[in-house]
Amino acid sequence: MAETLTQIGKTEPRPSGWQGIAADWSSDQRAFKNVSWGKAMMWIFLLSDTFIFGCFLLSYMTARMSTRVPWPNPSEVFALRIGGSDIPLILIAIMTFVLISSSGTMAMAVNFGYRRDRRKTAILMLLTAALGATFVGMQAFEWTKLITEGVRPWGNPWGAAQFGSSFFMITGFHGTHVTIGVIFLIIVARKVWRGDFDTGRRGFFTSRTGRYENVEIMGLYWHFVDLVWVFIFAFFYLW
Amino acid sequence: MVDITPADGIPPAEVAEVELYHPHSWWTKYVFSQDAKVIAIQYSATATGIGLVALVLSWLMRLQLGFPGTFDFITPEAYYQFITMHGMIMVIYLLTALFLGGFGNYLIPLMVGARDMVFPYVNMLSYWIYLLAVLVLVSSFFAPGGPTGAGWTLYPPQAIMSGTPGGQDWGIILMLSSLILFIIGFTMGGLNYVVTVLQGRTRGMTMMRLPLTVWGIFTATVMALLAFPALFVACVMMLLDRALGTSFFMPAISEMGEQLQHNGGSPILFQHLFWFFGHPEVYIVALPAFGIVSDLISTHARKNIFGYRMMVWAIVGIGALSFVVWAHHMYVSGMDPYFGFFFATTTLIIAVPTAIKVYNWVLTLWRGDIHLTIPMLFALAFIVTFVNGGLTGLFLGNVVVDVPLSDTMFVVAHFHMVMGVAPILVVFGAIYHWYPKVTGRMLDEMLGRFHFWVTFLGAYLIFFPMHYLGLMGVPRRYAELTDMTIMTESAHHLNSFISIMAFIVGFAQMVFLFNLIWSIRHGREAGGNPWRATTLEWQTPHTPPTHGNFGKDLPIVYRWAYDYSVPGAKEDFIPQNMPGSFGPSREPA
Repeated sequence: MAETLTQIGKTEPRPSGWQGIAADWSSDQRAFKNVSWGKAMMWIFLLSDTFIFGCFLLSYMTARMSTRVPWPNPSEVFALRIGGSDIPLILIAIMTFVLISSSGTMAMAVNFGYRRDRRKTAILMLLTAALGATFVGMQAFEWTKLITEGVRPWGNPWGAAQFGSSFFMITGFHGTHVTIGVIFLIIVARKVWRGDFDTGRRGFFTSRTGRYENVEIMGLYWHFVDLVWVFIFAFFYLW
Repeated sequence: MVDITPADGIPPAEVAEVELYHPHSWWTKYVFSQDAKVIAIQYSATATGIGLVALVLSWLMRLQLGFPGTFDFITPEAYYQFITMHGMIMVIYLLTALFLGGFGNYLIPLMVGARDMVFPYVNMLSYWIYLLAVLVLVSSFFAPGGPTGAGWTLYPPQAIMSGTPGGQDWGIILMLSSLILFIIGFTMGGLNYVVTVLQGRTRGMTMMRLPLTVWGIFTATVMALLAFPALFVACVMMLLDRALGTSFFMPAISEMGEQLQHNGGSPILFQHLFWFFGHPEVYIVALPAFGIVSDLISTHARKNIFGYRMMVWAIVGIGALSFVVWAHHMYVSGMDPYFGFFFATTTLIIAVPTAIKVYNWVLTLWRGDIHLTIPMLFALAFIVTFVNGGLTGLFLGNVVVDVPLSDTMFVVAHFHMVMGVAPILVVFGAIYHWYPKVTGRMLDEMLGRFHFWVTFLGAYLIFFPMHYLGLMGVPRRYAELTDMTIMTESAHHLNSFISIMAFIVGFAQMVFLFNLIWSIRHGREAGGNPWRATTLEWQTPHTPPTHGNFGKDLPIVYRWAYDYSVPGAKEDFIPQNMPGSFGPSREPA
């Protein structure tokens, strides 16, 4: 028997497994017990955003599969010349490592948030933001490199024009997500640092009080952005 | 604080009350308001305003078609611009915004027993971004080259080529930007509607006690959150094609003897993306109408809805099926025959849940105490119109029948009946039904009946002849039908007749607008529950409901929304928040 935490202190026993799901959905007030409004909203937003990235990737794959001119070889295009030898995908590997690491620091921040350790939470969130910013910075470097080599949205020296257009569009859209995430990480970190979630200070725009759960909701978004990157990495660079 | 005393087997409250934002000034109360009811009215007013533009555009088109050559200013280019903007505005900026942004905002919190949407600030942003999208759209009328004339489906490659009005000017750019803004704004609102229904209900309000209005709007919103991404992506990609010269949708193509820079893109890809959004969009408009009309019929026939659970599952089923039928809009684009077979099959399967709904509406009316109030008249008109429009859908869903009928007036007649006239009849019925709650006064009865009969009969006189013209082979999207030899002379007269009827029906809408404004001050006082309805929005302590909707304590729900004419009960309706047992209710156990 799992228990439902209610915000007003009472707990209620609930059946487990499939019966529990049926019981929750046929109950009053909330379909997802123990899930706050903010968390539910983030999950549904991420579902919608999944469809956006899904459509982007499917469109890219359609273009790549149906093109009648050769598709540039990602291992060569995304190689860096380090110490006299071309290392394929090295920059992307580092970028991926940085972004996945930032998911780790984010998870730690959530943990410390629930322990009410304001200092560590804020520092870890800022570290996450820094790793995210590093990722965006490396992406900017990669864009610059490709642009100097002659890749444009409308064409490139090596083959199908859709290579450049898909690349800039998909990584640009993902990079925008990371950038927005970095901005919000800084905002939430500031709230944590200042103790807004302990003092019940109201948000400037929403005039609502926040809770340490906001760190977790922020984390959901961040992990999602990382997960999407894994798919972009697999479908764009490794294919 | 929340009342946590247990009552009659109703579980205690789970969520502490969230303090609402209290407006400090006239600006935050009426303009930058976070109250869903004010946002609903803002949405509705904006949608109506832009809808009027689309109405005038339809008049101009009919002037040209009915009396060709008489009006010099309607050039073929202008005609295409009118047709494009009319379609896009009516489908997205009027119907979607009105059903979800307007009715959704007003009715969801009241009907589920919530004080407001879960995130009022985000909800407010939703409206302002929608307004921005509308302004961007309107600005294209004044941009050099005018609005886009690509047709509401915006098919590439023609949409961004110089032969199409706005293709190489500002028109298409503003159109795509406006759609992107609309989708962003809608997502903010849509997340609110979904979470409010899932997580913000009052005590005792289970999903299976929700009025069907809420089920319709809820399902449509979920669909919109999953379908709009495809349109978003399509818009972004076409914007890149147009602005940066990429070739997502543009094949190698020459224009005026000159080879364009584009190479290797797929116009069909756009069609898939567009219709993956476009077909669910039909049901995004239709499902709220299904839900609302169920409540209108039940209330005004004083009878419980027949087969409530079936109705709910039919809504959900239609919503799910509508994601696997999109390519039936593309039979003539060229596709594998097996592909066409699949999509024809799924399309025809949708007729099953839809037919269940129609039977259930009729069975609700069966031996009911039917009051022919104006909302009821519109509801009845909806059933008839929807059956008519739906049956021609079965024609068009079959590949072999669709191919000759495609791109004829038959298609125009079909979709105007099924997703133009039918939902708009429900909009009217719903406005006559809920106007007393929004303003505290009834709409004028005489004007209302005039509005109903002219609209209902007029719409048939417009669109029925169009089926006939279509069967004759008259194509759609032609700016002039003068030398159309496949049309007999009588068909030409019929064509002019359609135009005259369009003006008469349009005039009736002006009467309706006058009624809306006049009745705010001069309508008969309505009282709190003029239709003697059961749902929560009629049980509010104040009419119109004040900020926070329900006074000090939130209502507790003891029954479903359809306890009408329960044998043994004193009144012929039992409000959802009335405790106690009154006799054999038909609520599904």
